[in-house]
Amino acid sequence: MSTVVTGMAVAAPNGLGTEDFWTATLAGRTGLGRITRFVPDSYPARLAGEIKGFEPGQHLPGRMLTQTDHVTRLNLVLSDWAFADAGVKPDDHSDFDKGVVTASSAGGYEFGERELRNMWSKGGQYVSAYQSFAWFYAVNSGQLSIRHNLCGPSGVVVSDHAGGLDALAQARRQVRRGTPLMLSGAVDSSLCSWGWVAHLAGGRISTSTDPVRAYRPFDASAGGHVPGEGGAILVLEEERAARERGARIHGEFAGYGTSFDPRPGGGRPPALRRAVESALTDAGVAPAEVDVVFADAAAVADLDAVEASALRDVFGPGGVPVTAPKTMTGRLGSGTGALDVAAALLSIRDAVIPPTTNVTPDPAYGLDLVVGEPRRAPVRTALVVARGHGGFNSAVVVRAA
Amino acid sequence: MADTRVTVEDLKRILLDAAGADEGIDLSGDINDTPFDQLGYDSLALLETSSRIQREYGVELDDDAFLAARTPEALIEAVNERLAAHA
Repeated sequence: MSTVVTGMAVAAPNGLGTEDFWTATLAGRTGLGRITRFVPDSYPARLAGEIKGFEPGQHLPGRMLTQTDHVTRLNLVLSDWAFADAGVKPDDHSDFDKGVVTASSAGGYEFGERELRNMWSKGGQYVSAYQSFAWFYAVNSGQLSIRHNLCGPSGVVVSDHAGGLDALAQARRQVRRGTPLMLSGAVDSSLCSWGWVAHLAGGRISTSTDPVRAYRPFDASAGGHVPGEGGAILVLEEERAARERGARIHGEFAGYGTSFDPRPGGGRPPALRRAVESALTDAGVAPAEVDVVFADAAAVADLDAVEASALRDVFGPGGVPVTAPKTMTGRLGSGTGALDVAAALLSIRDAVIPPTTNVTPDPAYGLDLVVGEPRRAPVRTALVVARGHGGFNSAVVVRAA
Repeated sequence: MADTRVTVEDLKRILLDAAGADEGIDLSGDINDTPFDQLGYDSLALLETSSRIQREYGVELDDDAFLAARTPEALIEAVNERLAAHA
């Protein structure tokens, strides 16, 4: 039984909506810039990838606006777009035949910051009743479930930046267990001052103030990443059912592998390679059949070295084109893997590999990094890699259906 | 403050501020006897509304009594009783 992607919707700092994102990405347009959501002057890092032009009031009723964080509004609007893209109407399936699994790395941070501010500055009676759930990791899955009557299996995965891939994998499990349609993916955002402090605490944020130089994975001068907001929401269906209803199929969710790194300093090798190999095995794909790798691209020297080493071990030195278009969006928390899966499916559709921007590849990594310009090439099979802080490694294989 | 009373217009304003309005719901008409669930407001929306009324009018409201009010008219009556008792 195959699980296929029949709908997708993207929100990224360099493009709101799938086609805007893709056009910008192929053109090499960045979405990184100085933070506007709060005054970043007193913080050591001041660049982020913010989504522009999102007007939630144009898409959502007031009843929803009062009870949701910015990140939940993005999830809700993208879910509408993903269902429209899939050609699925809410009543096409019975309520228990559709479910939702998303990932979240932070929950509704901005909402939480505002209510905490109310609490300490005015008192507990000024805290919104909606704070009870609006901050929570699972709030996006919950609100998506309510909006679309997704009464089948539901849940949220919290595994930092690996979460987007892990959520899609959990959705595929539910399709295999008999739920014909799953809404999945991840959209993250925590670009408020409270969220920013959490990003900084991770210790991997670029302090460059130049959007062109700030995020350069696999470059000898890599100095951390730029956080961004956004991600992708996808509709997954069992292939036969999707074909029976005449659905347009973006591609097959063909393989998934995951691993957890050993304790630091314990002397055992990093586990990323195992995640990549299990994803290929799960998909029944040989390394030589992979046409492109969307890298995790941490832009921290030792993490880049671990990823490059895993890719060299599996594919051979320079053995596969590697790209990281997230140099134009920043890393989107759990949204980052979901966005890369959407980009990989668009690569398959258009036979083009989007570029990694602003990077001069360090030859020591031994990667065929696609830099500067998009590369025209038939793409049938793509591998997406994502890693989360603390040892999460995940890999997904998508291929032309 | 002795003659302070909550009117239906006050309640509409507070409801909108606290919980917004659902698609297809028109609060500008006569909603006095329309149950809150038909207006798209659940218990959490009413809790938030209660919290705002208490802040604005400086009155203490019992959550259970508040949630027992099924319609705007019943709720206004309950609030005004408390306000009168405070006066």
